[in-house]
Amino acid sequence: MGVVQGDQMVLNIGPQHPSTHGVLRLEVTTDGEIVSKITPHLGYLHRCFEKHAENVTYEQVIPFTDRCDYLASMNSNFGYVVAMEELMDIEISERVQYIRVIMAELNRIASHLLALGVYGLDIGAFTPFLYMLRDRERILDIFEYTCGARLLYNYMWIGGVSHDLPKDFVKICVEFLDYFEPQIEEYNNLLTFNKIFIERTADVGVIPAEVAVSYGVSGPNLRGSGVKWDVRKDEPYSIYDRFDFDIPTGSGEFGTLGDCFDRYWVRMLEVTQSVRIIRQALKDLPGGDVFETMPKKIRPPVGSVYRRTESPRGDLGYYIVSDGTPSPTRVKMRSPAFTALSCLDEVSSGWMISDVLAILGSLDIVLGEIDR
Amino acid sequence: MTVDYLIELFSKLFDSPFISFILAVSIAGIPLFVLMALNATVAVYVERKVSAFMMDRIGPMGQGPGLHAGPWGVLQTIADAVKLLIKEDTIPSSADKLLFKVAPFIIFIGAFLGIAVLPFSSVIQVVDINIGVFYIIAVGSVGVHGIVMAGWASNNKWSLYGAMRSAAQIISYEIPAGLSIIIPIMMTGTMNLQSMIEFQSGSIWGILPNWIIFNNPFSFLAFFIFFISAVAETNRTPFDIPEAESELVAGWMTEYSGFRWAVFFLSEYANMFVVSGLAAAGFLGGWLSPIPGLFNSPIWGLFWFFSKIIFLIFVMMWFRWTFPRLRVDQLMHVCWKVFIPIAMLNIFGVGIWKLIIG
Repeated sequence: MGVVQGDQMVLNIGPQHPSTHGVLRLEVTTDGEIVSKITPHLGYLHRCFEKHAENVTYEQVIPFTDRCDYLASMNSNFGYVVAMEELMDIEISERVQYIRVIMAELNRIASHLLALGVYGLDIGAFTPFLYMLRDRERILDIFEYTCGARLLYNYMWIGGVSHDLPKDFVKICVEFLDYFEPQIEEYNNLLTFNKIFIERTADVGVIPAEVAVSYGVSGPNLRGSGVKWDVRKDEPYSIYDRFDFDIPTGSGEFGTLGDCFDRYWVRMLEVTQSVRIIRQALKDLPGGDVFETMPKKIRPPVGSVYRRTESPRGDLGYYIVSDGTPSPTRVKMRSPAFTALSCLDEVSSGWMISDVLAILGSLDIVLGEIDR
Repeated sequence: MTVDYLIELFSKLFDSPFISFILAVSIAGIPLFVLMALNATVAVYVERKVSAFMMDRIGPMGQGPGLHAGPWGVLQTIADAVKLLIKEDTIPSSADKLLFKVAPFIIFIGAFLGIAVLPFSSVIQVVDINIGVFYIIAVGSVGVHGIVMAGWASNNKWSLYGAMRSAAQIISYEIPAGLSIIIPIMMTGTMNLQSMIEFQSGSIWGILPNWIIFNNPFSFLAFFIFFISAVAETNRTPFDIPEAESELVAGWMTEYSGFRWAVFFLSEYANMFVVSGLAAAGFLGGWLSPIPGLFNSPIWGLFWFFSKIIFLIFVMMWFRWTFPRLRVDQLMHVCWKVFIPIAMLNIFGVGIWKLIIG
């Protein structure tokens, strides 16, 4: 008896679709509900970041980095300025270091909250999304209070930051953390340990550790597969080696190691770790002038630098080539979301259409960063 | 107050039985239609507000008519309805035009016909037929034809997926719903909704009302199976996979706009009303008061029946704003491997219960 082979159908998911997280088009070959092949089509949000960067001065690149990963602009800024400072060999003041870590971790919380909430939305739960957005809003308020912007901050400058912290920043930030920590419990009760949510995410879209490594997947997606690798710990930059925090990894709690639930759960645990880092940083925050170490003229010596940092999506690297002029010869950004998306086809063939969107959501891609 | 009564009344006034029939049906039907429209209007408003409160928002608000949506946003649904009515009714050029136009109304007919036999009170019911339960289940399945037609005629892949999922889902969940509603039928020995409710009057041990849900453990379980299956039949979350927003954009409704789309919404809320009404009549004592022996006049009956329906609709909304969505295969798993076996055992259980206890 021959195998019954149904006709294949090509389904275009996106670029206008509620859950492609931006303007991504997935060309999905399906047999009924079962997906056999996925081809992601990129480029709908391509804004020539790297070409632009070659035509502006070094400090003018920073606003462009904001617009790459627009959900974690602080972290995008951070990677670029850390790389630039390494290239120019600038020692920056202690206060700036602490401010940068606080801001980057706050932005990590904000970005993870959006990722977790939108993931709930992909699975069909609307309410957790708004709960998490409500709390993210408070982080954005803190940013607005500090630097005037809510989404694209242009806050971290080479050698310093654009504004010093407001006088009562520490108080406001501690207030927020005290409010926020019990909320995590609420998210877990509402979404994480919901039976339907676990059914939908556990055992779905397993990325085994070796597949994740061979595709260059990084960040929470890699740690969800059980690989304990975090740039903040393994290649410390800025002052991350001073803080005491853990690197949560997936454990396959409800299913297989590396499934969608693990990636979701790692993000949830990372939020608590970020809270820990911020608390420590706020306690030790030194005084001083944030503009003191800012160079008057930014003209790095001839040479190049590659610096990787840990953004909420993973290993964010900047490769900067300087020829001694005021504008860079080449700026290359290594996008963590791009590598995460590249393994989508391998991970999700054989699953159903609903699962494909669950897997895509669990990878937490930001199209601004993928297309640049 | 039934159609038969009206026909009799008019036949005394008019010679032609045809005229009296038309008059009686219109007089009975128009209030039902108004009720349906009112139900959808109120339910949409309540849904907005309930979702808003559950999400820590405030929902539609305003200062007054003309400015915003009225105090507490009560005019929001009217604004929505007006917007939908004056919107362009687009039909895709590749669609099957006739089926595309007809489909919403078939869905609506399926939802609307069921209301005709709902016992609103001991005296208010449009038609009192002796197979009321069977009739509601039967006309309830008409809607699925409309959904499949809408999905196929749209000539859109999302619509097709939605329609196929919906057809599979509604047909599957009719089985546990049907098997569970057999339990009140077995216990009361009738399919007539009025006599079914009358059977439930009185009390158990003087405290609990003698509703079928409280009668024995099997009927208690049956109510939940019936209600969850009913939620699945009305395509509400967590069983909203036919219109799964994050997967299928809007499922079988993707290509619809304007008034035809509004009709879909109207029928969704009408469906919720009918299944809640059937659950209330079959398991929760219909128009009977929850306090045995008190407040049992026909007017109170109207109040109790509507309260029960509104409560069940509220629970459906509660589900919607709390739960994530199931996957297609999990949905079928729950239906065929969990609900149907339990519902079958329930029937056995009730039979034995009746044999031993009476």
